[in-house]
Amino acid sequence: MALTEAEVLTIEEKAREVRASIIRMLVAAKSGHTAGPLGMTDIFSTLYFHTLVHDPKNSDWEGRDRVILSNGHIVPVRYATMAHAGYFPVEEAETTLRKLGSRFQGHPEREKLPGMETTSGPLGSGVSQAAGMAYALRMDGKKNRIYCLTSDGEHQEGNTWEGIMFAGKYRLANLTQIIDRNFIQIEGNTEDIMPLEPLADKYRAFNWHVIEIDGHNIRQIHEAIEQAKAVADMPTLILANTIPGKGVKEIEGDYKWHGKPPTPEEGERFIKEILSV
Amino acid sequence: MINPAAKLSAKVFADDIEKKPTRDGFGLGTVEAGKENPNVVVLSADLGDSTRAAWFHKEFPDRYIEVGVAEQNLATVAAGMAAVGKIPFIASYAAFSPGRSYEQIRTTAALNHLPVKIGGMHAGIQTGPDGATHQMLEDIALMRVLPNMTVMVPADSEEGRKCIVAAAKLPGPCYIRFGRAAEPLFTTPETPFEIGKATTLWESKDPKVAFFTTGSVAYRTLQAAKLLEEEGIGSLVLHFHTIKPFDDAAAVAAAKRVERIITVEEHQVAGGFGSAVAECLSDKHPMKITRMGIQDVFGQSGEPDELMDFYGLSPRHIADEAKKS
Repeated sequence: MALTEAEVLTIEEKAREVRASIIRMLVAAKSGHTAGPLGMTDIFSTLYFHTLVHDPKNSDWEGRDRVILSNGHIVPVRYATMAHAGYFPVEEAETTLRKLGSRFQGHPEREKLPGMETTSGPLGSGVSQAAGMAYALRMDGKKNRIYCLTSDGEHQEGNTWEGIMFAGKYRLANLTQIIDRNFIQIEGNTEDIMPLEPLADKYRAFNWHVIEIDGHNIRQIHEAIEQAKAVADMPTLILANTIPGKGVKEIEGDYKWHGKPPTPEEGERFIKEILSV
Repeated sequence: MINPAAKLSAKVFADDIEKKPTRDGFGLGTVEAGKENPNVVVLSADLGDSTRAAWFHKEFPDRYIEVGVAEQNLATVAAGMAAVGKIPFIASYAAFSPGRSYEQIRTTAALNHLPVKIGGMHAGIQTGPDGATHQMLEDIALMRVLPNMTVMVPADSEEGRKCIVAAAKLPGPCYIRFGRAAEPLFTTPETPFEIGKATTLWESKDPKVAFFTTGSVAYRTLQAAKLLEEEGIGSLVLHFHTIKPFDDAAAVAAAKRVERIITVEEHQVAGGFGSAVAECLSDKHPMKITRMGIQDVFGQSGEPDELMDFYGLSPRHIADEAKKS
């Protein structure tokens, strides 16, 4: 079912709060990644504030959908979104990221926080883990859906393609992967460093259903996920075209913001811009 | 003499003792564990027959998952399955799993703290004619340094079966090392087995030296103890089927009874079983330790017994080491 105007506005409002939290976290942490988390905020917000079958107060509930974040370095967006969804206190996430003794590790750890399905950071292993979950849950006749979020850069890892091949062979229709197609990686543009195109065609050749969307259009995100649920005999890839740093004009699309945090002054300016929309 | 409490085969030193590859234990153990627990699954990377994963496949076709020649996928698909309640055993050659998939095992099994059970076959130089690429000699070192990981190295197929059945009941990740060659089946179903507890195989009246051994060389070490006894030298032989957690108490108790420790393993002496012994005793009972094993070189093609002889791991070599001062 299509989203109502009110639902779209609610998700967009949540996304602004999440972006502001991301900036606060990174300023306090003094290290971490800025561009990726901002670029994936609309997708995380649509998932956690609308799509997912989940219960933030009962994070181990067997009937929950699973969200696997493969590219663990963008975890500030996951921490911020889940905090706003009620998994843990927003203030704790905003103030303790990357600090000694914190549950909010620089890269996420499964055993540290509720609802953190896997430990990740080393790239390329998320698709296989998600596929393993999808396979096992289907074996048991379970209806849970698995959402695996990956970066485009980690498609340079062999393990990623092993997982794609596996999911295609076993027709894991309960698996939906969303690629953060922002064309940046640490040292530049993906197509200069190690070209990935034609990415959608590659997936089709591996027996995946492919949907290409604007990763900042809440309606498109929602509709792609709904379409994926209706595909009965193969996994679905949502190739989400995103703008790294989305929401802060002065950093949008700049790969130099892949792996650095804002200064306190920049943070204040960025948050003002985010909340003024 | 043979320690009667070890309840070894009556044919332990007989010429016609039955010989079986330790990897048979993987097949037997997974089938047994599979019958006990419906959540046990086996994943294979195109080596079902030689890893004996095929035995489980035959019994439980719906719980056998083929991942293709893709060891990184093998580890990570298993981690995903473990995260939703399965107890996956993954089967490949140790050179590739954990050899190729080390980071995946570190992050998705060990740090995730999930019950992924890694069966590393064809470990050791007795992999033989395949040569150095396939003779994994560094896997114990790789696995025992990982937090949360249990490491087991059975001496024969019967003990291998026990390791697998016990591993299925452990909540965390586990590495179990197996060899390719046929080894004398000298332990029995009655031989005591508990994860983390060493087994005393041989105990002379007045031991001068204690052999600490693991896995595929345990039998040769026992033969060495018999040779020494015949030559008037008493010894102890302790077999550590579990390297992590290490049985500190058994090691210290044995060390206190002898003048010298000799460790014997079919693995690099750096970082492996002998190193684990040295780490324990340097803290708790410092004394002279000689580490027998592969001395920082790669293996080569050859027949298993030829190779064990060439690299100084025959019963005669082991016995002679004890005679050196």
